[in-house]
Amino acid sequence: MSTGTETIVAAPDAEVPPTVAGRVRKKLTSRTASAVSLVIALLWTVPTLGVLISSIRPENEIKSNGWWNFFSNPQFTLDNYNQVLFGSRSASGGLAGYFVNSLVITIPSVLFPLAFCALAAYALAWTRFRGRDWVYIGIFALQIVPLQMALIPLLSFFNYGVSLGGVQLLPAWDLDGPAKFITVWFAHTCFALPLGIFLLHNFMAELPGDLVEAARVDGATHAKIFRSVILPLIVPALASFAIFQFLWVWNDLLVALIFAGGPKNAPLTVRLAELAGNRGNEWQRLTAAAFVSIIVPLTVFLSLQRYFVRGLLAGSVKG
Amino acid sequence: MNFDFTAEAPKLMMLLYGVIAFAAVVGLLLLVLDVLPARKDRWIALGLLAPAGLLLLVGLVVPAIRTMVLAFMNADSSEFVGLENFRWMFTDKNSGMLPDFSTTPVQYGVLLSTLLWVLLVPTVSTAVGLVYAVMVDRSRFESFAKSLVFMPMAISFVGAGIIWKFVYEYRQEGADQIGLLNQIVVWFGGTPQQWLLDGPWNTLFLIVVLVWIQAGFAMVVLSAAIKAIPADIVEAAHIDGVTPWQMFWRVTIPSIRPALVVVLVTISIGTLKVFDIVRTMTGGQFGTSVVANEMYTYSFRADEKGKGAALAVLLFLFVIPIVIYQVRLMRRRRLEGAR
Repeated sequence: MSTGTETIVAAPDAEVPPTVAGRVRKKLTSRTASAVSLVIALLWTVPTLGVLISSIRPENEIKSNGWWNFFSNPQFTLDNYNQVLFGSRSASGGLAGYFVNSLVITIPSVLFPLAFCALAAYALAWTRFRGRDWVYIGIFALQIVPLQMALIPLLSFFNYGVSLGGVQLLPAWDLDGPAKFITVWFAHTCFALPLGIFLLHNFMAELPGDLVEAARVDGATHAKIFRSVILPLIVPALASFAIFQFLWVWNDLLVALIFAGGPKNAPLTVRLAELAGNRGNEWQRLTAAAFVSIIVPLTVFLSLQRYFVRGLLAGSVKG
Repeated sequence: MNFDFTAEAPKLMMLLYGVIAFAAVVGLLLLVLDVLPARKDRWIALGLLAPAGLLLLVGLVVPAIRTMVLAFMNADSSEFVGLENFRWMFTDKNSGMLPDFSTTPVQYGVLLSTLLWVLLVPTVSTAVGLVYAVMVDRSRFESFAKSLVFMPMAISFVGAGIIWKFVYEYRQEGADQIGLLNQIVVWFGGTPQQWLLDGPWNTLFLIVVLVWIQAGFAMVVLSAAIKAIPADIVEAAHIDGVTPWQMFWRVTIPSIRPALVVVLVTISIGTLKVFDIVRTMTGGQFGTSVVANEMYTYSFRADEKGKGAALAVLLFLFVIPIVIYQVRLMRRRRLEGAR
């Protein structure tokens, strides 16, 4: 496809005899274009590079001169990483534990919405019942409700249960220790549903209807159609939603601050925000800590970029 | 080594339970669906929609309604106070919400700051994303160049906050600067500044961070839209001998207008809820706070649930006109398409 566009675009240039002025102007434009894009590219990468380089410099170096001096006077250490990952908590260390928390929070918070959204999207796309369009519109509309609208009551739902007129209808969840993760999973799952159902529904509704009809004529149940016809076809859409949700949950601060509770269950982002607040000058720790939190989403992102982009485009352009 | 595996084991067990619960729930659902009579779509749909519907109801719909009620109640939600929380927000001088231009530096106040964010972040990041998308389009390193600008999307707002706090880091005049921005200022013979402390500009330096994150999103969506411009239009313009400048304004922009609107709207809605950046970089101090940050502080730090809920409702009210605009635009486009 790319060769096709290139020939189409290149052809007129060859036909129109280029004037000298035209050629000069074209060259100038492409120069400016290169310069502008180079500046943007630098602005978008150098800050991250600075943090990466700083994280491997010795403490006194980081604190006494700029990271760009690394190129003229390279000094390399992994001490900072050792400190932040395994050092004592009081000295802004202990990130290894928070790293585990992040993992424990993220994995189920991706899996649950993935399954529930896929099932709901299937129902909305391929079963027939009265009011189906209204249900879909309702879920679609929920996308605009800021999650801030749900935070206070949801927290009190977890902490105090539901009581109406002094009668306790539902008890408090009363979760402690590792079980507290359940509330975080629950919150993330709820907040992910509107967008997830919307994305997967868009994708499923575009699948050829004959496929499903043929399977139904053959007497397949919906469960069977879902499993063996639809599921294999929507793998790319599932992947892109999974990446979305993964990045969202791993990078989230607000939900974690409110629902994860104390340091035993808090993810990296919470710890990082805390360090930036209390130990804003300990750059040797902050830079290394920042990189510990960035590395996982960055790897996921760079290796699965294709799916992520597809999801972005499905969610925004078609919408 | 201070890493105690026994301390982590219960958490990993919890993770295991979570995954098992997931498998059990999904397996059970599919099993039930298999058993149900295949001809009754209504029951099947109910079964498929039940988990998501229930969670949406419990986790989003009911809480949102409850928040709307709480917004009209006092700090501990024990009695109704009418519009008191909103009166406080819009007329109380001590609420910190309103701008105060009599002080030096001037205070934007939370409401005006938020507006500044919502105006600047979408426009600037869309502009940068668009320019970059056009510039690297069909260049030799296109996909690599795009990854560079796209990369910040994978970084958390907290991480980005730290990255930029490091860029803005301040050392006294004369000392070696460790922050890049101040070093550049010094190289050009200026005096180093405390970028994040000194109002009213510090808000702008925070806004830069979100622009940095969102430009990649704008770039990717707009780049796809640019590639979707029909080749014959581009060809016709070339034959007419348009300059790149004319091409950009007369062909590119009109062709990608729908995508532009979507990008602007999406980023605006995201910007409205910005919280992490402000929290990480200034904690909302020095006149940099925004609505979402105040909402968090009042609801969960200051135990002022009424004010917190009112601020959440305010966020919701801000989103509605943006969405209505987009829906109307979509409908008009659909009508034009049908004609």
